Amino acid sequence: MLVLDTATPAVTAALAEIHPSGHAVLAQRATVDGRAHGELLAPQIDELLAEAGVKPRDLAAVVAGVGPGPFTGLRVGLVTAASFTMALNIPAYGVGTLDALGLRTAGRALVATDARRREVYWAVYADGSPLTGPAVDKPADVAPRLAGFAVITAVGEGAAKYADVLGLPAGDLRYPDPSAIVELAAQRVRDGAPSEPLTPLYLRRPDAVEPSARKPALSASER
Amino acid sequence: MSTSEPLVLGIESSCDETGVGIVRGHTLLADALASSVDEHARFGGVVPEVASRAHLQALVPTLHRALDEAGVTLADIDAIAVTAGPGLAGALLVGVAGAKGLALATEKPIYGVNHLAAHVAVDTLEHGPLPAPAIALLVSGGHSSLLRVDDLTRGVTPLGATIDDAAGEAFDKVARLLGMPFPGGPPIDRAARDGDPLAITFPRGLTGPKDLVEHRFDFSFSGLKTAVARWVEARERAGEPVPVNDVAASFQHAVCDVLVRKAIDACRTQGIDTLVIGGGVAANSRLKAMAAERAAEYGITVRVPRPKLCTDNGAMVAALGSHLVAAGITPSKLDFAADSAMPLTLVGV
Ligand SMILES: [Zn+2]
Repeated sequence: MLVLDTATPAVTAALAEIHPSGHAVLAQRATVDGRAHGELLAPQIDELLAEAGVKPRDLAAVVAGVGPGPFTGLRVGLVTAASFTMALNIPAYGVGTLDALGLRTAGRALVATDARRREVYWAVYADGSPLTGPAVDKPADVAPRLAGFAVITAVGEGAAKYADVLGLPAGDLRYPDPSAIVELAAQRVRDGAPSEPLTPLYLRRPDAVEPSARKPALSASER
Repeated sequence: MSTSEPLVLGIESSCDETGVGIVRGHTLLADALASSVDEHARFGGVVPEVASRAHLQALVPTLHRALDEAGVTLADIDAIAVTAGPGLAGALLVGVAGAKGLALATEKPIYGVNHLAAHVAVDTLEHGPLPAPAIALLVSGGHSSLLRVDDLTRGVTPLGATIDDAAGEAFDKVARLLGMPFPGGPPIDRAARDGDPLAITFPRGLTGPKDLVEHRFDFSFSGLKTAVARWVEARERAGEPVPVNDVAASFQHAVCDVLVRKAIDACRTQGIDTLVIGGGVAANSRLKAMAAERAAEYGITVRVPRPKLCTDNGAMVAALGSHLVAAGITPSKLDFAADSAMPLTLVGV
């Protein structure tokens, strides 16, 4: 199966196999460049297929990180996943990007990725399972909300960038690991679960302002 | 694949229309479209993020509709073409990444193409091969360009463009001023039918003797829009009714007059007898009629595709892709970028 995540600056792609009792990542690529998802992703997939000696028509499923993440990059992964799903008539499964990061944490942990505009996408995990849903907030507003969770560690690029404000030591894990993404979808793949719509987690409304009343075209002296 | 009659699928997502077209050579087989125009209406213009979200949702359903309409499968397709630019960066990227995914999954060649050149190429689906050289006038909410086309597969030569608002943008702004909905082209065209185009003399941007030296083939519609606003406001302040139909007709006449005048001037100075008009504003009834009438005086043939092919669509992208395949042009590499400011000198990437 093809594994994709473009919800962080790490443009991530992998090929993985699902076994009855486990899974294996055959090949993977992650290039960190927050502005070039559209240029990097397709060549990476092409390289992975060549490296693993896999033909596209051999793929049995697509698993994609559905965010949250910066919109433009996030859509690159999701539309690529949708194209593969449609062209090969195979199922698609979505995985929360924060959940993939959270899966690799122990105890109470904060997962925070960079949402740009001085905000983070975040959620709290207990031994890898989510305790809260994903949200987007300023780091200074996240910090007080962590108190009740007894969070001890934090992972993700946002946690590293705002470690001071969050008041938590940031672990080394910055971006989602393909094997974690596979793990979160493995049971659905094994069960042959129905294909899912890959709905992006935007968590923000589009910036748009309705036009205000007409500005006068005549200058004051002309009125 | 048949290189003279290639089966090409084209994807367009540069603005608010998600288009998927399929052509075989110069024959149109399918032209499926999903538009987010209604979602932008209350903002009075296209909101990029709203458009990008809509493209992601619409792409696969639109692909299915196009394939059904053409009665072909993805496996039958010889090549995939996609608008690489110019346009809204985030919107373009959805189409480009989606097309790359399709090309990879189906192991087909991909062509990233220029949206403006595609507006010219689409006419071949209606009127057959384009005589070379030709002059093209492309007018829409996003572009106003005058081009010389010698060989569509090699590049086109820009002669002039708008220095401020696009022609379609002027229609949108004047429509809003007159209390008409977005997009403004169709309601103004309708209102103008019952108005007098000579009732009010609005300015013709960049047509003065000095402009004709420096900006001979360029356009400016910002002054015209302001002039209409001032005229309407003066009437309102005087407590007089605004003759909406006359304002619409006179404004439309001023826009069309400049567009046609400059396009015919380009044909005559370059000794070219074919004028192609494309883009959403080409659907304007006055523009077509005026161009045909004035071009006839100089023996110039005017080609305007039907309205559905003038506005943004996937068929135009497929049409240009078909030209590139037939000319044996090398496909694009998978790492090409969506280029919001793609120059006209580049037909493909
Ligand atoms: Zn256009």
